[in-house]
Amino acid sequence: MASIFSKSSDAYIRIGLLVLVLGAGATIALAFYLANPQVRETGYAPLQPVEYSHKLHAGDLGMDCRYCHSSVEQAAYAAIPATEVCMNCHVRVKADSPLLQMVRESYATGQPIPWVKVHSLPDYVYFNHQAHVAAGVGCVSCHGRIDQMIVVKQVEPLSMAWCLDCHRNPAPRLRPADQVTNMAWQPDRDPVELGRQIAEAKGIAPPVNCSGCHR
Amino acid sequence: MSLVQISHPTPKPLETGRRYWRSLEELAETPQFRQWVEREFPKGASELLSSSSRRALLKLMAASFGLAGLVACRRPEEKILPLSKGVEHYIPGKPLYYATAMQIAGSVTGLLVEAHDGRPTKVEGNPKHPESLGACSAFAQASVLSLYDPDRSRSVLRQGRPSSWEEFMRFAGEHFRPENLGRGAGLWLLAGALPSPSYEAVRNHLLGRFPEARWVEFEPVSREAARRGAEIAFNRRLETLFDFEKADVIVSFDADFLGVDNPGVRAIREFSRRRAVASEKDSMSRLYVAESRFSITGAMADHRFRVRSSEMAGAVEALAAALGLLPVPPVNYSWAEAVARDLTAHRGSSLVLAGPGQPPEVHALIHLINETLGNFGRTVSFVAVESAPGEANFEELAAALAAGRVQTLVVLDANPVFTAPADTNFAASFAKAATTIHLGLEADETGSVATWHVPAAHYLESWGDLRAADGTVSIQQPLIQPLYDGRTPAELLALISGYKDQRAYDIVRNYWTARWPAEQAERRWRQALHDGLIEGTAAARQTPAVDRQRVLAARRTAPAAGGLELVFYPSPSVWDGRFANNGWLQEAPEPMTKLTWDNAALLSPATARRLGVSNGDVVLVEHEGRSAEVPVWILPGQTDDSIAVALGYGRSSCGRVGRRVGHNVYPLRSGRTPGFLVGVNVRPTGRRYRLVSAQDHHAMEGRPLVREATLRYWREHPDFAQHAVHVPELTSLYPEHQYTEGYQWGMAIDLNRCVGCNACILACQAENNIPIVGKREVARGREMHWLRVDRYFTGAEEAPEAVFQPVACMHCEKAPCENVCPVVATVHSPEGLNEMTYNRCVGTRYCSNNCPYKVRRFNFLDWHKGLEEPQKLVFNPDVTVRMRGVMEKCTYCVQRIEEKRIQAKAEGRRALRDGEILTACQQTCPAEAIVFGNINDPTSRVAQLKKQNRNYLMLEELNVRPRTSYLARIRNPNPELA
Repeated sequence: MASIFSKSSDAYIRIGLLVLVLGAGATIALAFYLANPQVRETGYAPLQPVEYSHKLHAGDLGMDCRYCHSSVEQAAYAAIPATEVCMNCHVRVKADSPLLQMVRESYATGQPIPWVKVHSLPDYVYFNHQAHVAAGVGCVSCHGRIDQMIVVKQVEPLSMAWCLDCHRNPAPRLRPADQVTNMAWQPDRDPVELGRQIAEAKGIAPPVNCSGCHR
Repeated sequence: MSLVQISHPTPKPLETGRRYWRSLEELAETPQFRQWVEREFPKGASELLSSSSRRALLKLMAASFGLAGLVACRRPEEKILPLSKGVEHYIPGKPLYYATAMQIAGSVTGLLVEAHDGRPTKVEGNPKHPESLGACSAFAQASVLSLYDPDRSRSVLRQGRPSSWEEFMRFAGEHFRPENLGRGAGLWLLAGALPSPSYEAVRNHLLGRFPEARWVEFEPVSREAARRGAEIAFNRRLETLFDFEKADVIVSFDADFLGVDNPGVRAIREFSRRRAVASEKDSMSRLYVAESRFSITGAMADHRFRVRSSEMAGAVEALAAALGLLPVPPVNYSWAEAVARDLTAHRGSSLVLAGPGQPPEVHALIHLINETLGNFGRTVSFVAVESAPGEANFEELAAALAAGRVQTLVVLDANPVFTAPADTNFAASFAKAATTIHLGLEADETGSVATWHVPAAHYLESWGDLRAADGTVSIQQPLIQPLYDGRTPAELLALISGYKDQRAYDIVRNYWTARWPAEQAERRWRQALHDGLIEGTAAARQTPAVDRQRVLAARRTAPAAGGLELVFYPSPSVWDGRFANNGWLQEAPEPMTKLTWDNAALLSPATARRLGVSNGDVVLVEHEGRSAEVPVWILPGQTDDSIAVALGYGRSSCGRVGRRVGHNVYPLRSGRTPGFLVGVNVRPTGRRYRLVSAQDHHAMEGRPLVREATLRYWREHPDFAQHAVHVPELTSLYPEHQYTEGYQWGMAIDLNRCVGCNACILACQAENNIPIVGKREVARGREMHWLRVDRYFTGAEEAPEAVFQPVACMHCEKAPCENVCPVVATVHSPEGLNEMTYNRCVGTRYCSNNCPYKVRRFNFLDWHKGLEEPQKLVFNPDVTVRMRGVMEKCTYCVQRIEEKRIQAKAEGRRALRDGEILTACQQTCPAEAIVFGNINDPTSRVAQLKKQNRNYLMLEELNVRPRTSYLARIRNPNPELA
């Protein structure tokens, strides 16, 4: 009686199984790679409704972050400024620029400009700018060199692991209160030692328990 | 070496020999009760009750996983919409607080309201306001939900069809022209109580313009009998004010002053201050309560006498006789002499009061008693009451309507078609008026049959002013623009009378600034808005002399006691029916019966036996040819042959939440005796109705969870609270943590102060985005309240005493829930909080099974599904809105802790101050029974309380080391009566 399967079938089955195992492994690896916040989140740079350049305003013109993001020291949100803040200057500067059409329109009609959120945390995370600025964490630590970005791009993963890196060891990221918004600040001595002094002076002990950020 | 035998300590009865029970089922140990005890989740609670099969569900899950994989590839684009122009003081994400005031049936409470990004989310009491003193009631807490009620009236209705304000204004401009109305004959105005000076000015303008128009103030539940009592005693209209804090001995005749007879909170605060005892050497007040219905005031009583409401006059006379004011009492009460002696011993610091349901002559006699006891000017004082020119009473209006003499009837913020006494036949004659105009929050029973219905503005949308009982005026300022274009009563009156100001803001502002020197006006206005009250507006207190002859002449012999009596009381949930569409209030368990979403005819066990009825049997109650069907609920401690039933249920024209919830008993009520009826017939109908009571939910076997003693026993055994149960030497298998550094949060709840008023439950609900689940789901034990108030009875089934005990997560240091969570979703914080991390929770519910206090709540369904647009605005943005399949529980308001911590850091402060962080329940507690703070700081209030000898831990023998402790209840009975 002739056998149903030829001798070579064994090899095919072996190859097939190998492909299956490798394929599954590759799929899982790919999924993990894509789900990694470092890959998925960083580099996000959506186009904004108004071609606003942080490089021009914060970098070349040297405006302080807090001129526009005025609530950063008082509230959880740094807040996108009201159109009025843009118009403080732009009633005179580039008053007729077609690039500012939407800004003028918003100011005239009272309708908000639909800015696209770049740095977005999940709803169950209660991040607070006020607390971090008060502690002496520089803007640049989380947002990168905004002063060099024409289009704002997310540079850090903003994942929980990334948050905890700093919460567990805050000293290297702390700076004097007057240097928080300075994008180009470099410590003149050992940053760890400086950070430790700041942490001690202010009594900084970032929470690493759940309810510190999740409520 | 032998094994150590570890067994659960068996509950030992209290040394006082008391047994505590929550329901008659528990007392009788019925199988139904055993099920509630033995199963963490009652039968049916854990099952998915939908028609789709498990297989269909799995298919759906597989499909949604596949789709989820596809959509996850692209990040959703989120928008940030900043303002176009900035708003003063507004910082995105920072709450703002505004002072305002609300009133229920003329009772005013000053409030501070929290607004997040322009939407009011949480109500707190205004510490500067005399009727709030920083606390507020369950009604005030829940009022913010009513603001966003999608069932509120959204447009003007003409004969029930949508119309517009323009059309109404055209009509009103024509209709109310003096050429058409003349001197106003045939114009009647019916208004709910609204003690507001600027509104009264507009009203008086209207009545000046139409001098023959008649004004009627009508509240279905009012203090009118008390005012008329004062009229008998003093020959003028006066409001009586009580000071419970100064009273050493209080005697209450059918007055539920800690409960529904007083929608404010001042009485609770003052009373509870006299129940705060730091050590056994302190003194406390003594409360005698004679009442028919077992109220929460009765539960706080040191002596409670069961007296039928219809025989209360006799009881007051017996006391008056014992005090020597009357020759011989018609009926003898064994306790009258002893109570009289106690009162006489406390001349000038005693207080006698009667409930608003008692007739005027009883109130008059009580004024005489208080005067004789020297209480006037001390615990009792009076302020004058103004009435409107040409004020008529409700009966006159009903008669005029029936006779066809009413051409135009304007109804302001009242629902008389639903709430009018049945003997006035108001609902039938309402249609006889040619034109009826109704202003109300909803197109209710009156609004839906009126010629015109115009939407009213909610108090959080309104400018106005409100005068508290002592005369203090608060400016009511809006927190939000009217959502549905509602107007205030003053605006409607201004519109129809052509008042000089038309907008509510102008009416109130111009009224007050005209009274102040021009150069001070702006500053004083701003000060009044900031403080929530106008300085110097409190009325002068009077202490007039009682006209003894009139009081004694007005005395009527008590009606012959025969048959059953029926006592009406406003519901602690829906009041007179106005809060029927408020789900938070509907689901809050009634303090004594723990019934939710229903009212019932409350009977004593003996009366129920005599009538042959049991819980849930529907009875037909008849009186003088009128009848209503009500289900029966047996309440231990209810007076025999007295039936109590809550008003306000059974609304027929109401929003989706409250429509046809409960049973309407207004059709039985008489205008002559609004408090009670004598000689009612009760017949079982043979039908059954499902009543849902949460009283056996989350029961904890028969252990000594509440502890109490008499003052005398406490003095003899100062540490009785710790020795109520034998605690063996305890060791733990788990490593010890050091909780001696930094903040260690803890709570102490004083059972001697808690009156069981439910305000904490509602405050917690508003603060923590707690959903409601509905009657059907409560029946399955799925209610979500993080904080419950357990009510225990003790003593004989017929005349038990009652104790309240608020229970929320205890934040155990060796929390049993934490050990069993397979996904580490519930863990301990270094500050001793038992944290619940929703995002990790997979819903195994092991934690809840392992919790000895039964304080964990599971989201069996997505309770927030199908929320309409305005309803979403009520959420507190500082707290996660939980989804289906997640466990949740009390967090000690961790969002408030973190907020204050961050604020302190930003201010450069190292330490948080004691009392800086208030949990939501603590902040609103009118009795100041809940204290939260840092137990690591020996000077903090909570640490001080925990040092007292009344302090005990619930289920200490389990060695879970709860952070919440209780202070035992102390009763202060009269040795003569004990």
